[in-house]
Amino acid sequence: MNDLLDKKLLFVTGKGGVGKTSVATSLAFLAASRGQRVLLCEVDGKGDVAGLLESPPTAFKEREVSPGLFAMTMDTEEAMKEYLRLNLRVPFAGRIGPVAKAFDFLASAAPGVREILVVGKLCYEVREAHYDLVVVDATASGHIVGLLAAPQAVNSLVKVGLIRNQTDWMLEMLTDPAQTGLVAVCTPEEMPVTETIELAGRVRNETTVNLASVVVNRVLPELFGTQEEEVFETLTRPDVAAELELLVGSDTAPVLEAARLAVTLRRTRSVHLDRLREAIDPSVPLLYLPYLFTRSHGLRTTRQTATSLGEELGY
Amino acid sequence: MAPTEASERPSLERLLATREIMVACGPGGVGKTTTAAAAGVMAAVKHGGKVLVLTVDPARRLATALGLTGIGNKEHRVPDEAFAEAGLKSRGELWVAMLDTKQSWDDLIARHAPDEATRDEILANPLYQNISGRFIQSHDYIAMERLYEIHSEGRYDLIVVDTPPTRNALDFLDAPERMADFFSSRLLRWLIMPYRSRLVNVATKPFYQIADRILGTEFLGDISEFFILFQTMYDGFVERSRAVGRLLADRRTTFLVVSTLESVPLREAEFFAQELTSRHLHLGAMVMNKVLPEYLRGSEAADAAHTMAEQAGELGGLLSERMGPAHEPLRDSAQVTRVLKEISASFLNFQTVALREAEERDELSVAPEVMVSVPFFDTEIHDLGGLYRLGEQIWE
Repeated sequence: MNDLLDKKLLFVTGKGGVGKTSVATSLAFLAASRGQRVLLCEVDGKGDVAGLLESPPTAFKEREVSPGLFAMTMDTEEAMKEYLRLNLRVPFAGRIGPVAKAFDFLASAAPGVREILVVGKLCYEVREAHYDLVVVDATASGHIVGLLAAPQAVNSLVKVGLIRNQTDWMLEMLTDPAQTGLVAVCTPEEMPVTETIELAGRVRNETTVNLASVVVNRVLPELFGTQEEEVFETLTRPDVAAELELLVGSDTAPVLEAARLAVTLRRTRSVHLDRLREAIDPSVPLLYLPYLFTRSHGLRTTRQTATSLGEELGY
Repeated sequence: MAPTEASERPSLERLLATREIMVACGPGGVGKTTTAAAAGVMAAVKHGGKVLVLTVDPARRLATALGLTGIGNKEHRVPDEAFAEAGLKSRGELWVAMLDTKQSWDDLIARHAPDEATRDEILANPLYQNISGRFIQSHDYIAMERLYEIHSEGRYDLIVVDTPPTRNALDFLDAPERMADFFSSRLLRWLIMPYRSRLVNVATKPFYQIADRILGTEFLGDISEFFILFQTMYDGFVERSRAVGRLLADRRTTFLVVSTLESVPLREAEFFAQELTSRHLHLGAMVMNKVLPEYLRGSEAADAAHTMAEQAGELGGLLSERMGPAHEPLRDSAQVTRVLKEISASFLNFQTVALREAEERDELSVAPEVMVSVPFFDTEIHDLGGLYRLGEQIWE
């Protein structure tokens, strides 16, 4: 199971709101803390990575934000310029500008151009061995298939030329499970679980990338075992609850009520966890992360999550 | 002073009774689709008339909840029996449709194409098939386009639409304008220029040389062909895009921003609400879903929880001694102590989150006409009755 961090390129995806960015950041943080040189790339940059690492805002040019951890934000226009510089050796920097702009414009219409730039830049970093591991805070699960399938789509549309050659080696890298993996993040709720199950199927059928792991985020703690639950049920009986309130000397009803809520939430969610486990191929490990009852999300929670991930990976 | 009639206070009820379009938007994963459906159900049940819920990506369960076996691009009426099963009687008609991006694009092409031959050529073009089926921006555009189409047919009193999950919550607002821009762009003119004149054109020459090297001539040829076909629809498209933009800004349209009180989605929702306001779009309401119950925030309850945690041993012993005889499960005092520790710790955990969320809500810098908090539902919603119960929470 712990070969997850031995891969070279990890795409992290998930339905909106499940903590995709937080998991990607913690995964990168964990790898860096184990001595790897890591690039963390935020694709649909909302700047959340900087918040989670308490670093200055990230940009296209990567920056070392903590020891061994480099962070960047994807910017297709910048990626295009870099691509043109590297591949065409366009002599005048000034000439790249308008051309890149025109391409960026084309990218919003022509199929796969934007996607291929994103995936291309990431694959390039891997191929050049600038890092031991590249972790991608990728697009949400609704769009990840489009992103991962782009090299294939472009490869089949473009028969000759530079792009054709480049998509050839990109596909080779993306298809190799030892190098590339997809990490799907979800929470134990109905829609995220359903979407993750659908995603697993689509990734298998429509892309060449392998699902490396499913991370279940925000798992609520199990308050009690069966015997203790019986004790709890008894505590909520009117006569016992009254006695408890008398002994404590203030209103204990909300405390009992909150425990009821915690138990119910945990129970309704475990149904979805079972559903997930049944539907996902048994060879794909499920990693569980606890719900964090914290005041805010920052470096402290990133560290906590990285530790939990490490434990789940058997470190 | 006489009490104000409910209908005179700003409320979701009043918005749904007076507007013709309600656009539900906000970050992903906050219950946008469910909230839009609940609003639609309430409007149909309480106000009557013909209500359409146009949804982008519903859970299959939601379709089942609405009594439908499968909803496609066609509009389906939710049968009366489905209401009856939930113990409800609807004054009006509730209709549901789901956005099928590919089908909607095909319809749009069919409408704007100058003749059947062009239509068929476009539909068969591999580039078109890629754009219409796969590309993200195309979802945004087509959702708004379809909303316009249905609204202009005038068959519904109210259309509640939930917006597609976007990379950026604003994409769908910009989509019509961007589509118009695209069709009137210089780049497009370059692309459809006959190949010969391209080479003599000084301005475009470097572009084509580079494009040729990167993409290959054949692919460029495909692109040109596609855009030449597309250009025949230019006028229709641009006019249409502008009309869609106007409709969104019209007084008949209101926006409903849905979020939870978790930091990340809430910040996104706040940004979105600010943008709506600065674009002079009508921010009708904000709905906060999954709000933790108020009892978690009480300070007396916190005192109780702290006492229970600190004196768990003693309390466990006393409870066991006094109540054990009548209640068998309490006889093991160590076990009672453990449970007291667990539940007090759990309360304090939830309180941290509940207090933070209340603070974040109070700090919101936007002022929608209506602000609604929807409590955490213990169970997930999968029938019409559930949608109605959710609707009741947001109604006034």
